Amino acid sequence: MKQFVIRRIGYCVLSLFLLSLTIFFFVRVTGDPATLLVEPGASPADIAAIHHQFGLDRPLIVQYALFMASVLTGDLGQSFYYRTPVLELYWSRLPNSVMLATAAMAFSLLIGIPSGILASVRVGRFWDNAGKVFALLGLSLPSFWVGLVMILVFSVYLGWLPSSGSGTPLHLIMPAFALGWYFAASHMRLTRSSMLEVLGSEYVKLARLKGLPQSLVIAKHAFKNALIPVLTLAGINFVIMISVAVVVETVFAWPGVGRLLYEGIAFRDFPVVQGTVLMLGAMTVIVNLVVDVLYAVIDPRIRLAS
Amino acid sequence: MSTTSEVLTLPSQAPRFGFIRGLRLSGFPMIPTAILLGIAFVAVFANQLAPHNPEVGSLVARFKPPFWETGGTTKYLLGTDQLGRDVLSRLIFGARVSMVVSITAVLFAGVVGTTLGIISGYLGGWVDQVIMRLVDTWLALPALTFAIFLAAIVGPSMWNIVIILGITYWTRYARVTRGEVLSLKEREFVRLAIVAGCSKWTIMRRHILPNVINSAIVLGTLMVGVVIITEATLSFLGVGVPPPQPAWGLMLSDGKQSLMVGRWWLTIFPGCCIMLMVLSANILGDWLRVKLDPQLRQL
Repeated sequence: MKQFVIRRIGYCVLSLFLLSLTIFFFVRVTGDPATLLVEPGASPADIAAIHHQFGLDRPLIVQYALFMASVLTGDLGQSFYYRTPVLELYWSRLPNSVMLATAAMAFSLLIGIPSGILASVRVGRFWDNAGKVFALLGLSLPSFWVGLVMILVFSVYLGWLPSSGSGTPLHLIMPAFALGWYFAASHMRLTRSSMLEVLGSEYVKLARLKGLPQSLVIAKHAFKNALIPVLTLAGINFVIMISVAVVVETVFAWPGVGRLLYEGIAFRDFPVVQGTVLMLGAMTVIVNLVVDVLYAVIDPRIRLAS
Repeated sequence: MSTTSEVLTLPSQAPRFGFIRGLRLSGFPMIPTAILLGIAFVAVFANQLAPHNPEVGSLVARFKPPFWETGGTTKYLLGTDQLGRDVLSRLIFGARVSMVVSITAVLFAGVVGTTLGIISGYLGGWVDQVIMRLVDTWLALPALTFAIFLAAIVGPSMWNIVIILGITYWTRYARVTRGEVLSLKEREFVRLAIVAGCSKWTIMRRHILPNVINSAIVLGTLMVGVVIITEATLSFLGVGVPPPQPAWGLMLSDGKQSLMVGRWWLTIFPGCCIMLMVLSANILGDWLRVKLDPQLRQL
């Protein structure tokens, strides 16, 4: 177990190293980072000053060491547009992202799990097919387009919901739906296959042989065990949601981390782009590590296999 | 009798990867295939089919609705955008962008991923360790954020997008291919090739590659949908295909500006095009997966 955890942490550190290396080198390979670090329209003298200030005239290895040192001390640079540290901006936006992801996750589980159970109990019948169509659409429609169409219908034509911004629960409905549909589809698929596996197992057959009613077999015996993989996936998906929400947040002007990244791109606010990507990447890598380790704690087969 | 039995056993001797034979099986998704072929046709003959120049509009004809709405004309069948450009012509040329980006990006990712997967699986040892650790670390990063970052750095251009999508998605091929190669290299025909004195590269190229190409095709078809959505997302965020080039994602981004005043045609039509193409590719990919490659059914 100890060895497993150590190896996993090793991979995690390797991932973070690769992430930082990619970010560092891509910025330098594709052009002079000084042009990204100064505001557009800066004079050559300003650019030369930046070169000196950030040590861009030194060897790459030294530059990378300096870059890592500042990242590790929590210094992700200063936003040009907001004139505040990037890390501060990131933490101030994160609660909004978490709120949106929580709502989207709640929606995706509320839709995905019951429809997955229904589909597994009625294989090949109407509900199964309806579920398949729902999942296929969820996986095929771009979330930002779903968002735009919802704005058109519910804000422009019907006038029921606010088209953008945040503050009230009403603001949360459309972004949560647009973001959650894709994940509802994947949760539905996994619930269905996991339920089918459990329903075919010996102990469910025994429960049926005992004469338990169908509803009790499904609710008490099958559902509980089928839920484990779904909840694991949901845990990983939660972090992915915060990253994927960039587009949905842009459509609905939701003030989350994704919107921060978009503003960074739109205003050529380079430190914000770099810092946000670094933080989102690190968050994903670390949550993956936690899920892996927790899974190994629950299921010894995983840690023995590797 | 013996002749008859020989004839009867022939089908089981048929080549393992009969692509055409596979397509003749029942349940072939006709409509999705027709839609994809239709989009490909439109993309190839965009110059002949488009009624107007997709990049030049007339400012006097801004925001014309489709012809069946009041104020619309048959000159602009699906209406015009904020610069007076014909929406239909832009959709037609947008099909070309989507087709070119999705096919080249999937090919690029496929060639890189499959090659590395074969090398990793066949050579084993430290090469395998290095490539697979790279794949693991790559998969741990959030793909979309990573693609947005790369696109924001290198600047908007269609070919940049192709390379970025390739860099983002090659890992899936590498992983699937490696798994197949691990079992293939224990098979008799590979061992015989080694005994016959074939070099490692010859075995990988002549004996392993033809046997993993099926999985790569299936994965490629399924990747088309993912790649199109990612391209549209990047264009929508302004880091994908640069304006005034017509791309569906870019059209959605333009349409968003005037959505609140009810100019629905600028949002609905490009979105429907993306949906049709992705849906068709996904249905076809699902079907191919079940028919051609039982090993991939669990994906």
